[in-house]
Amino acid sequence: MSWMAWTLPTALFFLAIGTSLVAMTLWSLISPAPARRGLLPMETTRGDRFFITLLSSAFVHVGWLAATDASVLWASGLSLALAFVLMRWG
Amino acid sequence: MNRPQNNRAWLGVLPVLLIVAFSAVIPLMTVVNYSVQDIFDVNTRLFVGFDWYRETLRDPRFLDALLRQLGFSALVLAIELPLGILVARAIPREGRWVGLILVLLAIPLLIPWNVVGTIWQLFARPDIGLFGQLVNGLGIEFNYTAEPLHAWVTLIMMDVWHWTSLVALLAFSGLTAIPAACYQAAVMDGAGSWQVFRHVELPRLTAVLVIAVLLRLMDSFMIYTEPFVLTGGGPGNSTTFLSQYLTSMAVGQFDLGPAAAFSVLYFLAVLLLCWLFYTSVIASDGERG
Repeated sequence: MSWMAWTLPTALFFLAIGTSLVAMTLWSLISPAPARRGLLPMETTRGDRFFITLLSSAFVHVGWLAATDASVLWASGLSLALAFVLMRWG
Repeated sequence: MNRPQNNRAWLGVLPVLLIVAFSAVIPLMTVVNYSVQDIFDVNTRLFVGFDWYRETLRDPRFLDALLRQLGFSALVLAIELPLGILVARAIPREGRWVGLILVLLAIPLLIPWNVVGTIWQLFARPDIGLFGQLVNGLGIEFNYTAEPLHAWVTLIMMDVWHWTSLVALLAFSGLTAIPAACYQAAVMDGAGSWQVFRHVELPRLTAVLVIAVLLRLMDSFMIYTEPFVLTGGGPGNSTTFLSQYLTSMAVGQFDLGPAAAFSVLYFLAVLLLCWLFYTSVIASDGERG
Protein backbone atom coordinates (compact mmCIF):
# COMPACT_ATOMS: atom_id res chain seq x y z
CA MET A 1 0.00 0.00 0.00
CA SER A 2 2.98 2.35 0.28
CA TRP A 3 2.71 3.15 -3.45
CA MET A 4 -0.60 4.85 -2.68
CA ALA A 5 1.32 7.40 -0.56
CA TRP A 6 -1.25 7.51 2.23
CA THR A 7 -1.36 10.35 4.73
CA LEU A 8 -3.43 10.49 7.91
CA PRO A 9 -5.69 13.37 6.73
CA THR A 10 -6.47 11.71 3.38
CA ALA A 11 -7.04 8.34 5.09
CA LEU A 12 -9.50 9.98 7.49
CA PHE A 13 -11.17 11.78 4.59
CA PHE A 14 -11.74 8.57 2.62
CA LEU A 15 -12.76 6.73 5.76
CA ALA A 16 -15.40 9.40 6.40
CA ILE A 17 -16.68 9.15 2.80
CA GLY A 18 -16.72 5.33 2.93
CA THR A 19 -18.46 5.26 6.30
CA SER A 20 -21.06 7.76 5.07
CA LEU A 21 -21.76 5.64 1.98
CA VAL A 22 -22.16 2.47 4.07
CA ALA A 23 -24.37 4.33 6.56
CA MET A 24 -26.53 5.78 3.76
CA THR A 25 -26.90 2.30 2.21
CA LEU A 26 -27.92 0.75 5.55
CA TRP A 27 -30.30 3.64 6.25
CA SER A 28 -31.88 3.14 2.84
CA LEU A 29 -32.28 -0.62 3.42
CA ILE A 30 -33.71 -0.20 6.92
CA SER A 31 -35.88 2.80 6.21
CA PRO A 32 -36.41 3.38 2.47
CA ALA A 33 -37.59 6.90 1.59
CA PRO A 34 -39.40 8.02 -1.55
CA ALA A 35 -37.99 10.66 -3.89
CA ARG A 36 -39.28 14.13 -3.11
CA ARG A 37 -39.06 17.71 -4.30
CA GLY A 38 -37.72 20.36 -1.94
CA LEU A 39 -35.45 23.37 -2.43
CA LEU A 40 -33.69 21.74 -5.37
CA PRO A 41 -35.35 22.19 -8.78
CA MET A 42 -35.83 18.45 -9.34
CA GLU A 43 -37.12 15.40 -7.51
CA THR A 44 -34.32 13.80 -5.46
CA THR A 45 -33.79 10.69 -3.39
CA ARG A 46 -31.77 10.74 -0.18
CA GLY A 47 -28.75 9.38 -2.10
CA ASP A 48 -29.10 12.11 -4.77
CA ARG A 49 -29.09 14.78 -2.08
CA PHE A 50 -26.03 13.19 -0.47
CA PHE A 51 -24.18 13.18 -3.80
CA ILE A 52 -25.18 16.82 -4.47
CA THR A 53 -23.96 17.65 -0.97
CA LEU A 54 -20.55 16.04 -1.58
CA LEU A 55 -20.16 17.75 -4.96
CA SER A 56 -21.26 21.14 -3.58
CA SER A 57 -18.87 20.79 -0.65
CA ALA A 58 -16.01 20.06 -3.03
CA PHE A 59 -16.77 23.21 -5.02
CA VAL A 60 -17.15 25.30 -1.85
CA HIS A 61 -13.62 24.22 -0.90
CA VAL A 62 -12.30 24.87 -4.41
CA GLY A 63 -13.85 28.36 -4.41
CA TRP A 64 -12.44 29.05 -0.96
CA LEU A 65 -8.93 27.97 -1.92
CA ALA A 66 -9.08 30.07 -5.08
CA ALA A 67 -10.38 33.17 -3.32
CA THR A 68 -8.65 33.43 0.05
CA ASP A 69 -5.68 32.35 2.17
CA ALA A 70 -7.88 32.07 5.27
CA SER A 71 -8.12 28.68 6.98
CA VAL A 72 -9.91 26.06 4.91
CA LEU A 73 -11.80 25.01 8.06
CA TRP A 74 -14.17 27.92 7.35
CA ALA A 75 -15.00 26.29 4.02
CA SER A 76 -15.53 22.98 5.82
CA GLY A 77 -17.92 24.68 8.27
CA LEU A 78 -19.79 26.29 5.38
CA SER A 79 -19.99 22.90 3.66
CA LEU A 80 -21.42 21.27 6.79
CA ALA A 81 -24.11 23.97 7.00
CA LEU A 82 -24.84 23.48 3.29
CA ALA A 83 -24.99 19.70 3.83
CA PHE A 84 -27.56 20.15 6.59
CA VAL A 85 -29.74 22.43 4.43
CA LEU A 86 -29.53 20.15 1.37
CA MET A 87 -30.20 16.91 3.27
CA ARG A 88 -33.03 18.42 5.34
CA TRP A 89 -34.81 20.68 2.84
CA GLY A 90 -33.19 19.92 -0.52
CA MET B 1 -48.12 8.32 -4.67
CA ASN B 2 -44.37 7.80 -4.71
CA ARG B 3 -43.31 4.36 -3.51
CA PRO B 4 -39.98 3.94 -1.70
CA GLN B 5 -37.29 2.66 -4.05
CA ASN B 6 -36.10 -0.90 -3.42
CA ASN B 7 -32.32 -0.70 -3.39
CA ARG B 8 -31.61 -4.43 -2.87
CA ALA B 9 -30.94 -4.86 -6.59
CA TRP B 10 -27.77 -2.83 -6.11
CA LEU B 11 -26.24 -5.93 -4.45
CA GLY B 12 -26.24 -7.49 -7.94
CA VAL B 13 -23.78 -4.90 -9.18
CA LEU B 14 -21.22 -5.64 -6.48
CA PRO B 15 -18.84 -7.46 -8.92
CA VAL B 16 -18.85 -4.38 -11.17
CA LEU B 17 -18.16 -2.20 -8.15
CA LEU B 18 -15.12 -4.33 -7.34
CA ILE B 19 -13.74 -3.96 -10.87
CA VAL B 20 -14.42 -0.20 -10.82
CA ALA B 21 -12.73 0.01 -7.43
CA PHE B 22 -9.51 -1.45 -8.83
CA SER B 23 -9.59 0.41 -12.14
CA ALA B 24 -10.85 3.81 -10.99
CA VAL B 25 -11.42 4.34 -7.27
CA ILE B 26 -8.02 3.19 -6.01
CA PRO B 27 -6.10 5.20 -8.66
CA LEU B 28 -8.29 8.22 -7.85
CA MET B 29 -7.57 7.85 -4.13
CA THR B 30 -3.86 7.68 -4.95
CA VAL B 31 -4.12 10.89 -6.97
CA VAL B 32 -5.84 12.59 -4.01
CA ASN B 33 -3.05 11.34 -1.73
CA TYR B 34 -0.43 12.72 -4.12
CA SER B 35 -2.23 16.06 -4.38
CA VAL B 36 -1.52 16.95 -0.74
CA GLN B 37 2.15 15.99 -0.80
CA ASP B 38 5.40 17.04 -2.38
CA ILE B 39 6.60 13.75 -3.87
CA PHE B 40 10.33 13.35 -4.34
CA ASP B 41 10.27 9.55 -4.63
CA VAL B 42 8.18 6.70 -3.20
CA ASN B 43 9.79 6.97 0.22
CA THR B 44 10.52 10.70 0.34
CA ARG B 45 7.45 12.87 0.49
CA LEU B 46 6.32 15.92 2.40
CA PHE B 47 2.75 16.76 3.45
CA VAL B 48 1.81 20.22 2.10
CA GLY B 49 -1.96 20.31 2.73
CA PHE B 50 -3.90 22.31 0.14
CA ASP B 51 -0.87 24.24 -1.16
CA TRP B 52 -0.90 22.62 -4.60
CA TYR B 53 -4.61 23.37 -4.97
CA ARG B 54 -4.04 27.04 -4.09
CA GLU B 55 -1.10 27.19 -6.48
CA THR B 56 -3.03 25.55 -9.32
CA LEU B 57 -6.19 27.63 -8.83
CA ARG B 58 -4.10 30.83 -8.96
CA ASP B 59 -1.83 29.71 -11.81
CA PRO B 60 -2.45 32.04 -14.81
CA ARG B 61 -1.54 29.23 -17.22
CA PHE B 62 -4.18 26.96 -15.64
CA LEU B 63 -6.79 29.72 -15.80
CA ASP B 64 -5.85 30.53 -19.42
CA ALA B 65 -6.10 26.83 -20.34
CA LEU B 66 -9.49 26.64 -18.59
CA LEU B 67 -10.76 29.69 -20.48
CA ARG B 68 -9.49 28.26 -23.77
CA GLN B 69 -11.16 24.96 -22.93
CA LEU B 70 -14.50 26.63 -22.17
CA GLY B 71 -14.21 28.76 -25.32
CA PHE B 72 -13.43 25.72 -27.43
CA SER B 73 -16.38 23.74 -26.01
CA ALA B 74 -18.76 26.70 -26.50
CA LEU B 75 -17.61 27.24 -30.10
CA VAL B 76 -17.84 23.60 -31.19
CA LEU B 77 -21.26 23.25 -29.58
CA ALA B 78 -22.51 26.46 -31.21
CA ILE B 79 -21.49 25.11 -34.62
CA GLU B 80 -22.05 21.36 -34.33
CA LEU B 81 -25.54 21.47 -32.84
CA PRO B 82 -27.33 23.58 -35.50
CA LEU B 83 -25.25 22.02 -38.28
CA GLY B 84 -26.04 18.50 -37.06
CA ILE B 85 -29.77 19.30 -36.96
CA LEU B 86 -29.57 20.82 -40.44
CA VAL B 87 -27.85 17.70 -41.80
CA ALA B 88 -30.34 15.41 -40.04
CA ARG B 89 -33.27 17.33 -41.54
CA ALA B 90 -31.72 17.00 -45.01
CA ILE B 91 -31.47 13.19 -44.81
CA PRO B 92 -34.44 11.45 -46.43
CA ARG B 93 -36.47 9.44 -43.91
CA GLU B 94 -36.93 6.47 -46.21
CA GLY B 95 -35.57 5.10 -49.46
CA ARG B 96 -32.62 3.04 -50.53
CA TRP B 97 -30.07 5.81 -50.02
CA VAL B 98 -30.79 6.28 -46.32
CA GLY B 99 -28.53 3.42 -45.20
CA LEU B 100 -25.65 4.60 -47.40
CA ILE B 101 -25.98 8.20 -46.14
CA LEU B 102 -25.94 7.04 -42.51
CA VAL B 103 -22.85 4.89 -43.09
CA LEU B 104 -21.06 7.79 -44.80
CA LEU B 105 -22.00 10.07 -41.93
CA ALA B 106 -20.67 7.59 -39.39
CA ILE B 107 -17.23 7.29 -41.04
CA PRO B 108 -15.58 10.28 -39.26
CA LEU B 109 -16.72 8.83 -35.94
CA LEU B 110 -14.84 5.58 -36.65
CA ILE B 111 -11.47 7.20 -37.34
CA PRO B 112 -9.03 7.08 -34.40
CA TRP B 113 -8.42 10.49 -32.85
CA ASN B 114 -4.69 10.61 -33.57
CA VAL B 115 -5.40 9.78 -37.23
CA VAL B 116 -7.93 12.65 -37.36
CA GLY B 117 -5.19 14.97 -36.07
CA THR B 118 -2.75 13.69 -38.70
CA ILE B 119 -5.32 14.00 -41.52
CA TRP B 120 -5.95 17.64 -40.63
CA GLN B 121 -2.27 18.35 -40.07
CA LEU B 122 -1.67 17.37 -43.70
CA PHE B 123 -4.93 18.84 -45.02
CA ALA B 124 -4.22 22.29 -43.52
CA ARG B 125 -0.52 22.53 -44.38
CA PRO B 126 0.07 25.70 -46.40
CA ASP B 127 2.63 24.05 -48.69
CA ILE B 128 1.06 20.70 -49.62
CA GLY B 129 -2.36 20.62 -47.89
CA LEU B 130 -5.53 21.02 -49.94
CA PHE B 131 -7.14 23.38 -47.42
CA GLY B 132 -3.97 25.39 -46.78
CA GLN B 133 -3.38 25.79 -50.51
CA LEU B 134 -7.00 26.80 -51.08
CA VAL B 135 -6.92 29.52 -48.43
CA ASN B 136 -3.55 30.76 -49.70
CA GLY B 137 -5.04 30.81 -53.19
CA LEU B 138 -7.72 33.21 -51.89
CA GLY B 139 -4.95 35.65 -51.00
CA ILE B 140 -4.92 34.93 -47.26
CA GLU B 141 -1.53 33.92 -45.94
CA PHE B 142 -2.63 30.86 -44.00
CA ASN B 143 -0.25 29.17 -41.58
CA TYR B 144 -1.76 27.32 -38.64
CA THR B 145 1.63 26.63 -37.09
CA ALA B 146 2.47 30.33 -36.76
CA GLU B 147 -0.86 32.16 -36.37
CA PRO B 148 -3.02 31.44 -33.28
CA LEU B 149 -6.23 32.42 -35.13
CA HIS B 150 -5.42 30.05 -37.98
CA ALA B 151 -4.63 27.27 -35.49
CA TRP B 152 -8.00 27.81 -33.79
CA VAL B 153 -9.88 27.86 -37.11
CA THR B 154 -8.21 24.59 -38.11
CA LEU B 155 -8.92 23.00 -34.72
CA ILE B 156 -12.58 24.02 -34.76
CA MET B 157 -13.00 22.81 -38.34
CA MET B 158 -11.36 19.50 -37.44
CA ASP B 159 -13.68 18.98 -34.48
CA VAL B 160 -16.74 19.98 -36.51
CA TRP B 161 -15.69 17.53 -39.24
CA HIS B 162 -15.09 14.79 -36.68
CA TRP B 163 -18.16 15.14 -34.48
CA THR B 164 -21.04 16.85 -36.33
CA SER B 165 -22.03 13.39 -37.57
CA LEU B 166 -22.76 12.31 -34.02
CA VAL B 167 -25.21 15.18 -33.53
CA ALA B 168 -26.71 14.52 -36.98
CA LEU B 169 -27.20 10.80 -36.29
CA LEU B 170 -28.76 11.47 -32.89
CA ALA B 171 -31.04 14.16 -34.33
CA PHE B 172 -31.97 11.87 -37.23
CA SER B 173 -32.95 9.11 -34.80
CA GLY B 174 -35.16 11.64 -33.00
CA LEU B 175 -36.72 12.86 -36.25
CA THR B 176 -37.59 9.34 -37.42
CA ALA B 177 -39.48 8.78 -34.16
CA ILE B 178 -41.91 11.65 -34.88
CA PRO B 179 -45.24 10.22 -36.10
CA ALA B 180 -46.25 11.16 -39.67
CA ALA B 181 -49.59 12.37 -38.30
CA CYS B 182 -47.84 15.32 -36.64
CA TYR B 183 -46.47 16.47 -40.01
CA GLN B 184 -49.85 15.92 -41.69
CA ALA B 185 -51.58 18.05 -39.05
CA ALA B 186 -48.96 20.79 -39.51
CA VAL B 187 -49.45 20.76 -43.31
CA MET B 188 -53.23 21.00 -42.86
CA ASP B 189 -52.67 24.04 -40.64
CA GLY B 190 -50.56 25.61 -43.38
CA ALA B 191 -47.29 25.51 -41.45
CA GLY B 192 -44.10 26.35 -43.33
CA SER B 193 -40.77 24.55 -43.00
CA TRP B 194 -39.54 26.77 -40.15
CA GLN B 195 -42.84 26.44 -38.25
CA VAL B 196 -42.76 22.65 -38.66
CA PHE B 197 -39.25 22.63 -37.25
CA ARG B 198 -40.03 25.06 -34.42
CA HIS B 199 -43.36 23.61 -33.27
CA VAL B 200 -43.35 19.96 -34.39
CA GLU B 201 -39.76 18.75 -34.54
CA LEU B 202 -37.80 20.76 -31.97
CA PRO B 203 -40.01 19.92 -28.94
CA ARG B 204 -39.76 16.22 -29.82
CA LEU B 205 -36.00 16.40 -30.32
CA THR B 206 -35.30 17.84 -26.87
CA ALA B 207 -34.29 14.53 -25.26
CA VAL B 208 -31.81 13.50 -27.99
CA LEU B 209 -30.45 17.04 -28.24
CA VAL B 210 -29.80 17.08 -24.48
CA ILE B 211 -27.79 13.88 -24.93
CA ALA B 212 -25.98 15.35 -27.95
CA VAL B 213 -25.13 18.59 -26.14
CA LEU B 214 -23.83 16.90 -23.05
CA LEU B 215 -21.89 14.20 -24.90
CA ARG B 216 -20.17 16.84 -27.00
CA LEU B 217 -19.68 19.15 -24.02
CA MET B 218 -17.98 16.46 -21.93
CA ASP B 219 -15.94 15.14 -24.83
CA SER B 220 -14.76 18.56 -26.01
CA PHE B 221 -13.94 19.46 -22.41
CA MET B 222 -11.57 16.50 -22.21
CA ILE B 223 -10.07 16.82 -25.71
CA TYR B 224 -6.39 15.90 -25.90
CA THR B 225 -5.23 13.82 -28.84
CA GLU B 226 -6.40 15.84 -31.85
CA PRO B 227 -4.96 19.23 -30.77
CA PHE B 228 -1.82 17.50 -29.52
CA VAL B 229 -1.23 15.94 -32.94
CA LEU B 230 -2.40 18.96 -34.96
CA THR B 231 -0.79 21.92 -33.20
CA GLY B 232 1.04 20.49 -30.17
CA GLY B 233 -0.65 23.22 -28.13
CA GLY B 234 0.87 26.04 -30.17
CA PRO B 235 1.68 28.44 -31.55
CA GLY B 236 2.91 29.46 -28.10
CA ASN B 237 0.24 28.17 -25.76
CA SER B 238 -2.67 29.38 -27.89
CA THR B 239 -4.22 25.92 -28.31
CA THR B 240 -3.04 24.34 -25.05
CA PHE B 241 -6.12 22.95 -23.36
CA LEU B 242 -6.45 21.58 -19.83
CA SER B 243 -5.56 17.98 -20.60
CA GLN B 244 -2.44 18.98 -22.51
CA TYR B 245 -1.24 21.33 -19.79
CA LEU B 246 -1.87 18.59 -17.24
CA THR B 247 0.11 16.07 -19.27
CA SER B 248 3.06 18.42 -19.67
CA MET B 249 3.01 19.03 -15.91
CA ALA B 250 2.78 15.35 -14.90
CA VAL B 251 4.84 13.62 -17.57
CA GLY B 252 7.03 16.42 -18.94
CA GLN B 253 8.03 18.18 -15.73
CA PHE B 254 7.28 15.25 -13.37
CA ASP B 255 5.56 17.66 -10.92
CA LEU B 256 3.45 14.91 -9.40
CA GLY B 257 1.93 16.90 -6.50
CA PRO B 258 0.70 19.90 -8.54
CA ALA B 259 -0.35 17.59 -11.39
CA ALA B 260 -2.38 15.49 -8.94
CA ALA B 261 -4.13 18.61 -7.57
CA PHE B 262 -4.81 19.70 -11.17
CA SER B 263 -6.22 16.21 -11.90
CA VAL B 264 -8.57 16.36 -8.92
CA LEU B 265 -9.86 19.79 -10.00
CA TYR B 266 -10.28 18.55 -13.58
CA PHE B 267 -12.06 15.44 -12.29
CA LEU B 268 -14.45 17.61 -10.25
CA ALA B 269 -15.30 19.70 -13.32
CA VAL B 270 -15.97 16.57 -15.41
CA LEU B 271 -17.96 15.03 -12.54
CA LEU B 272 -20.13 18.15 -12.45
CA LEU B 273 -20.74 17.86 -16.19
CA CYS B 274 -21.57 14.16 -15.83
CA TRP B 275 -24.03 14.93 -13.06
CA LEU B 276 -25.68 17.66 -15.14
CA PHE B 277 -25.86 15.16 -18.01
CA TYR B 278 -27.47 12.50 -15.82
CA THR B 279 -29.91 14.95 -14.23
CA SER B 280 -30.94 16.42 -17.60
CA VAL B 281 -31.54 12.99 -19.12
CA ILE B 282 -33.59 11.86 -16.12
CA ALA B 283 -35.58 15.13 -16.19
CA SER B 284 -36.31 14.85 -19.93
CA ASP B 285 -37.32 11.20 -19.45
CA GLY B 286 -39.69 12.33 -16.69
CA GLU B 287 -41.23 15.00 -18.93
CA ARG B 288 -41.89 12.41 -21.63
CA GLY B 289 -43.56 10.24 -19.00
